[in-house]
Amino acid sequence: MSATVESIAAEDERLLPRSPLRRLISRPELGSVLGAIAVFLVFAVVADNFLRAGSLGTVLYAASTIGIMAVPVALLMIGGEFDLSAGVMVTSSALISSMISYEFTANVWVGVGVSLVATLAIGLFNGILLTRTGLPSFIITLGTFLMLTGLNLGFTKLISGTVATKSIADMDGFPAARALFASHLTIGSFAIQVTVLWWIGMVAVATWILLRTRAGNWIFAVGGGRDAARAVGVPVERTKIGLYLGVAFGAWISGQHLLFNYNVVQSGEGVGNELIYIAAAVIGGCLLTGGYGSAIGAAVGALIFGMTSKGIVFAQWDPNWFKFFLGAMLLAATLLNLWIRRRAEATR
Amino acid sequence: MTAPHEPHDPAADAGADHGPGPTPAPGTPPPTGDAAAAETAASGTPLLELAGVSKHYGNIRALEQVSLTVRGGAVTCVLGDNGAGKSTLIKIIAGLHRHDAGIFRVDGAETTLASPRQALELGIATVYQDLAMVPLMPVWRNFFLGSEPTVGRGPLRRLDVRLMRSTTRERLLRMGIDLRDVDQPIGTLSGGERQSVAIARAVHFGARVLVLDEPTAALGVKQAGVVLRRVAAARDEGLGVVLVTHNPHHAHLVGDHFVLLKRGAMAGDHAAGEITLDELTRQMAGGSELAELGHELRRAASPGPDSDE
Repeated sequence: MSATVESIAAEDERLLPRSPLRRLISRPELGSVLGAIAVFLVFAVVADNFLRAGSLGTVLYAASTIGIMAVPVALLMIGGEFDLSAGVMVTSSALISSMISYEFTANVWVGVGVSLVATLAIGLFNGILLTRTGLPSFIITLGTFLMLTGLNLGFTKLISGTVATKSIADMDGFPAARALFASHLTIGSFAIQVTVLWWIGMVAVATWILLRTRAGNWIFAVGGGRDAARAVGVPVERTKIGLYLGVAFGAWISGQHLLFNYNVVQSGEGVGNELIYIAAAVIGGCLLTGGYGSAIGAAVGALIFGMTSKGIVFAQWDPNWFKFFLGAMLLAATLLNLWIRRRAEATR
Repeated sequence: MTAPHEPHDPAADAGADHGPGPTPAPGTPPPTGDAAAAETAASGTPLLELAGVSKHYGNIRALEQVSLTVRGGAVTCVLGDNGAGKSTLIKIIAGLHRHDAGIFRVDGAETTLASPRQALELGIATVYQDLAMVPLMPVWRNFFLGSEPTVGRGPLRRLDVRLMRSTTRERLLRMGIDLRDVDQPIGTLSGGERQSVAIARAVHFGARVLVLDEPTAALGVKQAGVVLRRVAAARDEGLGVVLVTHNPHHAHLVGDHFVLLKRGAMAGDHAAGEITLDELTRQMAGGSELAELGHELRRAASPGPDSDE
């Protein structure tokens, strides 16, 4: 037996030790962090106002509104699924909250609570339909996306007669709800939107779940090898349904922010945002095929979005370039991810 | 280790036709507690015993009257060509399918496995060809996947990462694999190493019977050697091993007992001393059928104008 150990150990000597640099390269966040630094430097040079506290606050706010959704969407993608309904689900959540409060002349917290239950129910619907039918999540959530888009417009028109809801700013509980979802804190000369705190909180919780809990282990496993996960006793269905509930929870926070920030909700909003969340997650290192990625990466992806969208304004460029930059960045990030995965999967 | 399964129950055993191993005659009082366990171990009651087990899928007879015995510290090889019923046999032992007829005993007690989970609880661990591993996940996460140890409670309940890492390293070392880095994705290991990790994992989680599905099929000569060493290591730890393979050379190296399957039925049952490698190979290859085929091919090749040359 000892001879065996020796011979194997001798074989091992042929492997090169993994240097800290190589270890760093294999982190999923790496591409997005490098990208974020590059984008930051570019705008710090070309846009005079970019480095001012006020501007950075604006950038962080823009990043947080995407990041609150990009984080749960990233977890879902690590679990190997998509949610195309994520964008309009935010609007649905805001609409439900607003209309319940207004139509029943109730305290806004009633609307907020009903909205939480209803939004989670949408997530549950996605998750159960997916696990029961075994259909691709692309199809199922495309269906939910279209249905929600129609319901948002249809119900709003039916109930309030227009495409937007009535203002709920004068209703009971509004100031407190606004403080929770749409206020800002001032630290010195720096104003931080409360959404930034929600965003950071989501990243922290998601990272904890992913890296330090059994559920996190299962998320990586169901995305990276569903059959293997099932064979060793991982509750695949429960994990996936949980991930859809996570997205729904993010949509609820986002939706409540939307409502309490503007007092009214435009029923046609949110279409297209689902792709922005996915793009942020992919820039952050998530593989489209699942099993790989990080919540921090998705947050950095959202930060890149925030910096680019606001930086272009500060640099006084034509904002029409925005989407082009995003597209280019998405492609670059995907190519980098592909390269990393080939390395990770290559057998020696 | 899983607690030994319910010891001998003479009432259940009465009337059943028995393999080797003394059985208390019907009527004798059932042995109790530790005495029974000690007797079980001493008398060498097989860990696993199949007697005349059959499985039908609709009108297809996938397995017909197959018997085999697995003892601790011994390797039972199941040999057979494609379609011989090896996979069906594995699925029955692993608890994925139930047998339709015959007797399935674990520790001498008749059982019908309802699920893979139940098989695992009885200490029967199956390592499939795909190894049930997630290539992109680190070795230590794969090792504990589905049975992760945790510390803390409530919202602070978390993976015991240090224990997971050190256990993985130590278990692999015991199997003779010195992994420099348990953080590397398991997809970066060689096929033989992955197979070894799967075996180490099964041993760690209390397997008493280790079922290996074609562990050497996709491997080169050297890698196959690595895996066969692990099989021997598991055997030396006292596990009962079921090695399912179509390679008589590999089987003959480690096997203590050989069960040959052919078209779902038993085609042979030999102890290691009773059969030579040549005979095993001949039987595996189809014996007389192969001789006939050789004859036919030779005849076709010599005068054949349409041969390859």
